[in-house]
Amino acid sequence: MERAEAGALMATVSQVHPGAINPPQTRRLTEPRLVRALLMCVAFAFLAVGLVIPLVAVFVEALANGVQAYVDAVREPDALAALRLTAIAALFAVPANLVFGVCAGWTIAKFTFPGKQLLTTLIDLPFAVSPVISGLVFVLLFGRQGAFGPWLLEHDVRIIFAVPGIVLATVFVSFPFIAREIIPVMEAMGTQEEEAARVLGASGLQTFFRVTLPNIKWGLLYGVILCTARAIGEFGAVSVVSGHIRGLTNTLPLHVEILYNEYNFQAAFAVASLLTCIALVTLVLKTIAERRKSG
Amino acid sequence: MVCTLVYLSIIVLIPLGMLPFRTASMGWDAFWETVLDPRVVASYRLTLTTSFMAACVNAIFGLIVAWVLVRYDFVGRRLIDALVDLPFALPTAVAGITLTTLYAPNGWLGKPLSNYGFMVAFTPSGITIALIFIGLPFVIRTLQPVIEDLDLELEEAATSLGASRWHVIRRVILPYLYPAWLTGFTLAFARAIGEYGSVVFISGNMPMRTEVSPLLIITKLEQFDYTGATAVAVVMLSMSFALLLVINALQGWSGRRLAH
Repeated sequence: MERAEAGALMATVSQVHPGAINPPQTRRLTEPRLVRALLMCVAFAFLAVGLVIPLVAVFVEALANGVQAYVDAVREPDALAALRLTAIAALFAVPANLVFGVCAGWTIAKFTFPGKQLLTTLIDLPFAVSPVISGLVFVLLFGRQGAFGPWLLEHDVRIIFAVPGIVLATVFVSFPFIAREIIPVMEAMGTQEEEAARVLGASGLQTFFRVTLPNIKWGLLYGVILCTARAIGEFGAVSVVSGHIRGLTNTLPLHVEILYNEYNFQAAFAVASLLTCIALVTLVLKTIAERRKSG
Repeated sequence: MVCTLVYLSIIVLIPLGMLPFRTASMGWDAFWETVLDPRVVASYRLTLTTSFMAACVNAIFGLIVAWVLVRYDFVGRRLIDALVDLPFALPTAVAGITLTTLYAPNGWLGKPLSNYGFMVAFTPSGITIALIFIGLPFVIRTLQPVIEDLDLELEEAATSLGASRWHVIRRVILPYLYPAWLTGFTLAFARAIGEYGSVVFISGNMPMRTEVSPLLIITKLEQFDYTGATAVAVVMLSMSFALLLVINALQGWSGRRLAH
């Protein structure tokens, strides 16, 4: 019902596009028809070559040897192990960054303190760092020649070339997504509603779950979607810390690389097509959350 | 507040702090020797030129795509608009193997190109293609909101005063878009410099010719040359930070321009 109304509203809005009211002006306020057609052709051609053809190619290559080969490649034990590890990494990274995102949003939006701008910049830092460097810093910390290397070796704790390293690298690269979505939403919200709730006797947790959360939920969801996509798809950082041990420290993107480098192209694309499907689902969810967030 | 700072320090600041720490331990001479080694310098040159070319291509086509998506009405506009974010959502390894297969000498796009003598995969052009793909959404996404906010009255005024459409675009619309356009360009450029996953497959990874800097870091790590890898990483990180400053300055400029 609500959606139908929104749709109808949107249709009306697009009808009252300024040009539509005054048809003679429309013609002068846009490019000549030929130019418009030309620009649209250029845009479509660019997107077709740049996005659509690669997208189609993934699925064509994945099914090159028929459906049975596809199913076999996806159900192979190493592929399943990779899928499991990717899920583990995402299940650590997303909740950790979710909690941090809410804390950071709260700190930045509801308090004033010196160095606030600096804090916001620091949160964005992982975006500016090459994925390879993101992996490298953890090798420098926990690797054999790293700062904690000898101590870890002594206590027989493995972080690099093991699951904890992969989780850490994933947390690092997906770190800013949720925080940077929530900060502007919380800033726009202000503190009045929460103050009112507190004055009326609500506890801190009650205020958060009943007042704050409903206000930020779409922004939060949007951040979670982006964070999950990055956590699942990360390649460079994870590649540095994983050691590429089949069935043990391979995530799905790393498994794709191994299969491809073994010239097992069809299997590589079969696994890649799974990741592509996840990416497409991400785009759909993101579009929905975006519309809710702004509407 | 405390937990924000603690988490930030553990996950981001301490790990990144390892880079200057480790570099400091190697001494100036060894540092310069590593980062000015001909093979390393060749990798910076390749990384910077291919990233710059890719960002230019994205700037030109991104402007056209953003304009078409905001201003023109056509069937499937929403679908195309959602699809623009595909390079953000698609794992880079998937993009890498797909583009390599497409542009390989026997691929869908590589075969016709090789008939005309263009070799794409395993050459710098291949690297540029991969970087165009991963940077594609930046220019479009930074321009779209600005084009949406364009005041139609300005265009109406200019038109009613007798300006031709081309004149309006050149003198009224484009000057308004410059800051966002440059921001998008710089974002795409910065992203391309650090890119690894999509490039490693298509580049062929020949030292001195098609070896980008992130790959060189990996190569050094695989040879257990941690210090060498760190030195190259510090140089790359400095480039990224310089670009970050440029982006911030651009956004300040655009904020001032849009405020009046």
